[in-house]
Amino acid sequence: MAPQLAIVLIFFFWPAGQALYQSLLSQDAFGTSVQFVGGENFERLWHDATYLASFKITAIFSILVAVLGLSSSLLLAVLANRVVAGAWVYRSLLIWPYAVAPAIAGVVWLFLFAPSVGVVTYVLREWGLAWNPLLDGDHAMALIVMAAVWKQISYNVLFFLAGLQSIPKSLIEAAAIDGAGPWRRFWTIVFPLLSPTAFFLLVINIIYAFFDTFAVVDAATHGGPGRDTAILVYKVYYDGFKALDLGGSAAQSVILMAIVISLTIVQFRFIERRVHY
Amino acid sequence: MTRTGLPALSALRVATHRATGILTTLTSTLTAAVVMAFAAPAQAEVEVQWWHSMGGALGEWVNGLAKDFNETQKDFKVVPTFKGTYDESMTAAIAAFRAGNAPHILQVFEVGTATMMASKGVVVPVGKVMKDAGEKFDPSAYVPAVAGYYTSPKGEMLSLPFNSSTTIFWFNKDAFKAAGIDTARPPTTWPEVALAAAKLKATGHKCPFTTSWETWTQLESFSAWHNVEFATKRNGFNGLDTRLAFNTPLHVRHIENLANMSRQGLFVYKGRGGAGDAPFISGECAMTTGSSAMYANVKRNAKFAFGAATLPYYPDVTGAPQNTIIGGASLWVMSGKKAEEYRAVAAFFSYLSKADVQSKSHQTTGYLPITMAAFEMTDKSGFYKANPGTDIAVNQMIRKTTDKSRGIRLGNFVQIRAIMDEELEQIWAGKKTAKEGLDEAVKRGNEQLERFESANKS
Repeated sequence: MAPQLAIVLIFFFWPAGQALYQSLLSQDAFGTSVQFVGGENFERLWHDATYLASFKITAIFSILVAVLGLSSSLLLAVLANRVVAGAWVYRSLLIWPYAVAPAIAGVVWLFLFAPSVGVVTYVLREWGLAWNPLLDGDHAMALIVMAAVWKQISYNVLFFLAGLQSIPKSLIEAAAIDGAGPWRRFWTIVFPLLSPTAFFLLVINIIYAFFDTFAVVDAATHGGPGRDTAILVYKVYYDGFKALDLGGSAAQSVILMAIVISLTIVQFRFIERRVHY
Repeated sequence: MTRTGLPALSALRVATHRATGILTTLTSTLTAAVVMAFAAPAQAEVEVQWWHSMGGALGEWVNGLAKDFNETQKDFKVVPTFKGTYDESMTAAIAAFRAGNAPHILQVFEVGTATMMASKGVVVPVGKVMKDAGEKFDPSAYVPAVAGYYTSPKGEMLSLPFNSSTTIFWFNKDAFKAAGIDTARPPTTWPEVALAAAKLKATGHKCPFTTSWETWTQLESFSAWHNVEFATKRNGFNGLDTRLAFNTPLHVRHIENLANMSRQGLFVYKGRGGAGDAPFISGECAMTTGSSAMYANVKRNAKFAFGAATLPYYPDVTGAPQNTIIGGASLWVMSGKKAEEYRAVAAFFSYLSKADVQSKSHQTTGYLPITMAAFEMTDKSGFYKANPGTDIAVNQMIRKTTDKSRGIRLGNFVQIRAIMDEELEQIWAGKKTAKEGLDEAVKRGNEQLERFESANKS
């Protein structure tokens, strides 16, 4: 058996199987009374209006993170690719945020945008905008989207840069000789050739937004105000690790897993058709 | 982390998130192992593991207590370990318990009390530990409002009160002077708070009043202070079939008043949990309601003259003011350990309950004294006279409690507090009226109570 397979089995299939199993149980925090309850954990979620509302919030959040994350990092990658002198400095700086833990990213952005002491808040107030993510849901959403996008930009830029550098110069030069401007060259040559990278990153970014962003939310907004930024994975984390409701948390993560698997299938079936390898 | 596995993919992320903490623990364990291998012990000491959540200056206090106890005798050794915030150390202890390596002593915050009590066979009641070890133990020596919180319906003390604080009112004397408010007579009722806030605002103050721990100060302690029930069945003390009751006209009236103050810029919401502490200490907000344990922090960091007063109340409510409710944590003894280890725990708890140890802890940390003797000793030493304001919390607590004010013991309290936070934020933002928000919080909170009841029925 290949060692990779063992890693996948231990770190993916085993915990996923455990989650499936635990989602059918009801147990107290210390696991002293464990009861098989079948679909009760799922049924309860179905009747929970706040849980259903967080699907919409998660959709908005994930689309914003994927779209803003991919477009801004593509722009940065194209610009970084054109830099001639000191290119490594720009690239190192662009990769830097990837080394920051999500919780730290949340805190950094929280400091910048804190209602009373934040530097950015101060500037916004000077411009006449009353910034208050503590009570304004849209502001809170903007805050976590920014933090989540910033955190993922490095990863995206890295792949886009590699993709850009593997595009043969001769193609672009030929187009230039034929009289195509930079804009046209980008959309007719560079972008189609980048599409495998862009597609890969789209899948990865959606998975990132769904699974990997609870620490940002936990540090920046705690899902508030109200439940305006309580995305699905934050509730999984909160119910499992803060509220110690393992059954409910497991049921939610099973649902989340199903959503992401189906989203990935959809992406492979419909978007991949337009990708040129 | 746990033997039984974790929910799906997010588990991996949490694992990396926690990896730093585990590494630190690993390093310190290794260091300890190396040290122990070289230092040949003269005689076998019984070692007791104590997991706590006291960081910074409070961590030094905890380490000092263990060190002092270890130096007073040779048979037992208490090893304190910092395990992160309250919920982190509780999660860690649950994982350790499931894997069979629970610590002997675990510090658990007050909202985790019902969970600890309902988990059968997980803990050994403190009363039993003391009795079995033959230590002198008199539950009536403890301050009633503090010990009552951790006592079973049968009157058995389940955990040892360790660090308890309560809700009080803090104000900035300099800001009061600037607004022409008498600092010797700080507001004691909510109408007076609104009046003071209006005066502060009139002189250009941007944040007249804020609050920390809004659910604790404005709903939980508020209920006990006015001698009304927060939840039925004596706030959950008399059974798991308790239901929330904080949507009475009095509660609605108070939250409505705060919402009005919020709209007029008299009350500024600064976030959940203890987020309201910092704006008061920095001087940005002139008044706040928060924990009495803020004392050390305010004293060290505030660059203005500050004062403390009792929690405001509504003067037209009969029975108000009663007593306020404690927060903080207690020490639980975990099950499945050896008899001599329990003797060590009992000896340590006796040491912690000694009046001089208690009195010193109370004076250095601002936490409440847990025994009456410690309170009297502190009083005699002249500490309260020398440090005005430090006695406010104590006086709010040493009264005789009623069935409605003894404390609150609810299952899934962590979730219920989050629900209250969510609904209050909707009220402050003007998206819901006070009545709508509180009704919804009661309804959603009751679902949590029903679940806890059915999960712990057997």
